[in-house]
Amino acid sequence: MAAVDLAQQDERGRRPSGRRMKATQAFIESLLAEGVEVIFGYPGGAVLPIYDALYDAKIRHVLVRHEQGAAHMADGYARATGKPGVVLATSGPGATNLVTGLATAWMDSIPLVAFTGNVARSAIGTDAFQEADITGITLPITKHNFLVRRAEDLPRVIKEAFHIATTGRPGPVLVDLPKDVTTEEINFSYPETVDLPGYRPTIKGHVKQILEAARAIAAAKRPVLYIGGGVIASGAHKEVLALAEKASLPTTFTLMGIGGFPGDHPLSLGMLGMHGTVYANYAVNECDLLIAVGARFDDRVTGDLRRFAPHAKVIHIDIDPAEIGKNVQADIPIVGDAKAVLSVLVEKVREKREQEWLDTIEAWKREYPLTYEEKPGVIAPQRVIQEIYEVTRGEAICTADVGQHQMWLAQYYIFREPRRHISSGGLGSMGFGFPAAIGAALGRPDLQVWSITGDGGFQMTAQELATVRKYNLPVKIAIINNGYLGMVRQWQELLYQRRYSHSDLHDNPDFVKLAEAYGIPGFRCTRPEELRPLLEKAAAMDGPVLLDIHVDQEANVFPMIPAGQSVAEMIGKKGRLGT
Amino acid sequence: MKHTLSILVQNQAGVLSRVAALFTRRGYNIESIAVGPTEDPRVARMTIVVEGDSREVEQITKHVHKLIEVLKVTDLTHEDMVDRELALIKVTADSHNRSEILQIVDIFRAKIVDVSEKSVIVEVTGDEGKIEAMIRLLRPHGIKELARTGRIALARGARPEPASRGVSATA
Repeated sequence: MAAVDLAQQDERGRRPSGRRMKATQAFIESLLAEGVEVIFGYPGGAVLPIYDALYDAKIRHVLVRHEQGAAHMADGYARATGKPGVVLATSGPGATNLVTGLATAWMDSIPLVAFTGNVARSAIGTDAFQEADITGITLPITKHNFLVRRAEDLPRVIKEAFHIATTGRPGPVLVDLPKDVTTEEINFSYPETVDLPGYRPTIKGHVKQILEAARAIAAAKRPVLYIGGGVIASGAHKEVLALAEKASLPTTFTLMGIGGFPGDHPLSLGMLGMHGTVYANYAVNECDLLIAVGARFDDRVTGDLRRFAPHAKVIHIDIDPAEIGKNVQADIPIVGDAKAVLSVLVEKVREKREQEWLDTIEAWKREYPLTYEEKPGVIAPQRVIQEIYEVTRGEAICTADVGQHQMWLAQYYIFREPRRHISSGGLGSMGFGFPAAIGAALGRPDLQVWSITGDGGFQMTAQELATVRKYNLPVKIAIINNGYLGMVRQWQELLYQRRYSHSDLHDNPDFVKLAEAYGIPGFRCTRPEELRPLLEKAAAMDGPVLLDIHVDQEANVFPMIPAGQSVAEMIGKKGRLGT
Repeated sequence: MKHTLSILVQNQAGVLSRVAALFTRRGYNIESIAVGPTEDPRVARMTIVVEGDSREVEQITKHVHKLIEVLKVTDLTHEDMVDRELALIKVTADSHNRSEILQIVDIFRAKIVDVSEKSVIVEVTGDEGKIEAMIRLLRPHGIKELARTGRIALARGARPEPASRGVSATA
């Protein structure tokens, strides 16, 4: 690299520090300094200077087929590894195509750093070709965003972007780069610290509050531990297990909290909420103490807020003070990082066991196990998930798309570890699952990755079959094909007198041929006896494979608490209507 | 009830739209907003008047505080504070009613800042009640145009709320 250019002095006549280089080179150096291993992106006019630098950079770039795919891949990578995902897109449509992906990451608090090109500074605001106000557009769906106005700010902004994305409550950060900023030369030195006076997340919990929580746990006769995605983000799963075991706390998890507690543990209640287990919802309904950790009392968890956990005193542990009191008033609020708070709480809690409560829950578990109907000669979709679980010994990373199969995956695949279950919880973005699996496969090449998807959602980002092929990523795509937008059809069946308005997808393409068109082996499965051998064959294959699994078209997800209602209105408690 | 929020922010482009957009997105109506630099040029103060019960305002306060460029949020509503607003009121005034208007202006310790043959512009400073009263009394004379700054406020007493406190501290 060039030596310091003596002609470049700042206004005080000081010689600037750092190496002289192109801003695009500084961009690459900054990413390397952040430990970025892979970027998901798609080139275009405004990012040509950056792509020129990427041509021979020591950083892996994964070429996608649509920017939405890039955002979801970066998201899947982040969820699977815990490291921030990085996206690169051009200005205008490239940037707007990231929006769904950013909103998905925002709702689920996933660390993402998205870089977008923009038109030159002089053209901003003139409705120039491929101009979009992406910082304005993404204001409500990013944790923060930057428009870089001076090339010399670039390393500092990148440092701050990664810091903001990955600390506190994680989330997506967007950095918008006008094209002419990237073509300047700057003195590069990567900052070692950030100076963000308005950003100081609270990590340690208030000790007095933690002691108060320990006393409440000691006094409770019917306690329930309720964990969410914050446990995964914080890496607090060991502390959760220690707390649950020390105080014999029945533990339920949200969709985002799956894997934060071993699903096969005797204290596990499974998932709670709209499609949660009967016993999890009964337990929350009857509990006298609800200990919420990194969870936000989402409407899919609570239903009717006035009738949610009506007897419970609430301990709410969350790193985001704005979550406390948002939906449910907390009796004992504790602002702090889940792992930091729980590690103290575990020390302060004394061992206890409320046998009567545990017996009650055991009785509910025996009476209302998760179950489903099977019709002769027809593959039950729940069976597919159970068999994938068995074939992968419960060790795979499984991504879900959105809808019925997403709930069945959450119900019937027993996850024992964090970062194995990947699902768009908050935004519920169809099209998420398959690209997320690609990101996960890149992040965790040591694990088998399954994309459990639906025939509807798969078609929203199916173009990424080209990406899977290009990089020969061993993603197992299992389409749970019922020829419907299954969840829409289910609601239409139950709430709209079976008027299946525009939820019929029986004109789907031939998915096997589609896979073959991309050079990926595809197999169809229509009979129950074909299922297990096919899953085993797919699991044993090296590269990508697509399975088009035709399942019962009218299977429903049960149990179900209809939206806005309470445990009293739960239907399908024994896996079918009328129970 | 109405709450007066005093928000110290980093004096940077785009901060106003971030704060304003947050109120809109979370469903809160801003009654007035006034922004200007503080004693520290790196810091600006936004004074926002918002309608809501204490719980709602606490929620929006927490959300505002989460914005990266926001240094401090204070709800001054129940604090001992001084709050002021400035209004410019253009009133129809000719030889018949000019003296009456001058009397009102005098009583309110307001000022006439522009005079023409058919109108005057009155400048009045005070709390919201005073400005409302002034407008009420001038209305019969015919208010042609009205401009108000929105409320600004500071807590009373020596206890400072230094703008730069957040800036100088290290993370």
